Amino acid sequence: MSREDQTPGGVSRRGLLWTGAGLVGGALLPAVVRPAFAVGDYPPIGTFPAGSQGDTVNIGAAVPHTGTYAVQGEDELKGWQLAVEHINNGDPLLKKIAPKVTKGLLGKKVNLLSADSAAKPNQAVQEMQTFINQSKIVLMTGSTSSAVAVALNKFAQREKILYVTGISGSNDTTGKDCVRYGFRQNFYGETAANAIGPVLVKQFGKNRKAAFMTPDYTYGHTVTQSVNDYLSKNAGWTMVTNQVSPLGTQDFSQYLTNIANSGAEFLINVNWGRDAVLSIQQAKQFGILPKMTLVVPYQIPFLAKETGPELTAGVYAATDFWWTLEDKYPLAKEFVDAFYKKYNYRPEWGANNAYMSFAIWARMVSGAGTFYPPDVIRQYEKGETFPSTVGDVHFRKEDHQLVRPVVIVRGKKPSDMKNKEDYWEVLEVVPGEPLMQKPDAFGCNLGDYT
Amino acid sequence: MINWANFISQCFNGLVLGALLALISSGLTIIYGTLGVLNLAHGAMFMLGGYAGWLAYTYTGSFIAAVFAGAIFVMIVGVVVERVIIRHFYHRPHEDQLLVTFGLGIVFVEAVRFFFGSLSKAVPPPPPLVGITSLGFMFYPTYRLALLGIVTVALLALYLMLYRTRIGMIVRAGIEDAVMVDSLGIDVYKVFMLVFGIGAMAAGFAGIVNAPVVSIAPDVGEAILVQTFVVVVIGGVGSFPGAVLGGLIAGEIISITSMFNPGYSYVMLFVAMTLVLVLRPYGLLGTAGRE
Repeated sequence: MSREDQTPGGVSRRGLLWTGAGLVGGALLPAVVRPAFAVGDYPPIGTFPAGSQGDTVNIGAAVPHTGTYAVQGEDELKGWQLAVEHINNGDPLLKKIAPKVTKGLLGKKVNLLSADSAAKPNQAVQEMQTFINQSKIVLMTGSTSSAVAVALNKFAQREKILYVTGISGSNDTTGKDCVRYGFRQNFYGETAANAIGPVLVKQFGKNRKAAFMTPDYTYGHTVTQSVNDYLSKNAGWTMVTNQVSPLGTQDFSQYLTNIANSGAEFLINVNWGRDAVLSIQQAKQFGILPKMTLVVPYQIPFLAKETGPELTAGVYAATDFWWTLEDKYPLAKEFVDAFYKKYNYRPEWGANNAYMSFAIWARMVSGAGTFYPPDVIRQYEKGETFPSTVGDVHFRKEDHQLVRPVVIVRGKKPSDMKNKEDYWEVLEVVPGEPLMQKPDAFGCNLGDYT
Repeated sequence: MINWANFISQCFNGLVLGALLALISSGLTIIYGTLGVLNLAHGAMFMLGGYAGWLAYTYTGSFIAAVFAGAIFVMIVGVVVERVIIRHFYHRPHEDQLLVTFGLGIVFVEAVRFFFGSLSKAVPPPPPLVGITSLGFMFYPTYRLALLGIVTVALLALYLMLYRTRIGMIVRAGIEDAVMVDSLGIDVYKVFMLVFGIGAMAAGFAGIVNAPVVSIAPDVGEAILVQTFVVVVIGGVGSFPGAVLGGLIAGEIISITSMFNPGYSYVMLFVAMTLVLVLRPYGLLGTAGRE
């Protein structure tokens, strides 16, 4: 230290500057960098710290084993089970998505609890309450219906426990019903509409007449609106009828009679799960198919398997994942192989979505270094880009929606199928960012961290 | 979309739907009328008929074999269930009867799910009934037209059995006063077993003949059960003609309402049931005091 640096008080000028900078920086610190809590220093919130004090952390899934969405729920559950197994084993696939995961998460084994929601919001919430009371779950999941996703979103915010949606395509989930504690991996109905709309217009032209079939809840209404808005505003298509049916309808004859008399050229079927299977099979019985062209805006796991490929041949759909993406994305191949090895069939998009939602959660928890929910939320909100089974993706901090590509598929004719699960041909993988509406377009207001 | 062609189409549609509801409801109503047991496993028996028929179809490729298998298998299930479980509940409170039949329904559904999975199974209609038929005012699936005939014949057979045979007379007497029938030296418990078997068979038969219209899945009976109860309440508990009338009314309400606003189809069905309960609490063709 040179003499010029010394102040009269014996403190060096450099030292003074460092001290001053330290004081100013210290004053600013709470605003820009949160204090690094040691374990045990975090204030209790939700099931934290009780849920993560032992050597195991529990996750609760309210997934439909019965009812209209049972088939899709069972597939979804397998995706979660595989993810939990991979987290606990430190599987190489999972580590590519969540590199800081070793064996288990932060040194703890992850345990998945599940119960049958029957795709009913009340039942799902009651089951989660039981899981919270009895098992102190640190994460909730399990929707195959957006009505359940919206209910669990609100419940998560109230209980201050993280919730990652299962399957939910409604615009409301990360739109008007978004919450700070909820995150969605699969895309908005609006995003699906923006992806499949141009394909339909290019393929079928302008000024066409379409009949819609809509399940009577948040998913159905928002997806129908998004698809109709796109087609009517951009290509002058007309909705000649919209047949709204309750979830779990078995006989669609009265709806199909209206459609048969509507003069429509296209049948845009927004129904999902067994409702979609039955309505498509019965549309064929009524001669509506193949007279009208079937469009499925939001693809349904196992649809082609249940209806038979004759009915899905030539059908355009938007989806999150189809197993032949393994030819394009290495992680997709690893995922499909691991799933096939364990369950002896190729995963549908529900299973992929479920696997990814847990893999991403593991990434965020291991990145945050804690199960403390506000820190994990902030980790999601950093918006880091990370690899997935459909390429690089990231979360939007404003609405907790994953920005991810949309896969456009077209049903294959039986004669074109290379194996018994080769139902769909991937036409295009549309990048997600340009498809996304502004985060506040559907009125998202996330709420508080604590 | 409100025009005459559509109106007539929907009326016809309601007729087909109503006939099916009438058949299922008739099984439920004669069981309740005779045994006093509200069988919440009736929807599961509808489902079992579909699966038994589907299995028979898978092995034989014959739709007729499927129909026989569906009906007879469920009749046997009904008889066994009555002998082993239900008869222990005749003198117990209605709540116990509800719980035990509700539980049985769950067991049947989950057993089928365990063995056959949740993916739906299709039973194709017999080849001559595949395709659509022009009725002049509309095109209609040929099998659904045939279904109307099949169900009508089945209802007629049930009617003849109940109103033109000695056993039917005993059953009807049992519906009116089981204690008196017992006092007359007739083994009323054998009659009960038979009635439960016939009621179950009606559900099983409906389950398999409906399978080409609505592909079967373990939960297929759940929604049907609710509609069937509405039909029984509208028609009058324990009344066979009431079940037929109630079924047809329910089918027409669902179909015609959907012409104006499909979202209100089932709302209107429950409105109709509420009105009947207010104006005629024992149903349109029910008898006061029969419960």
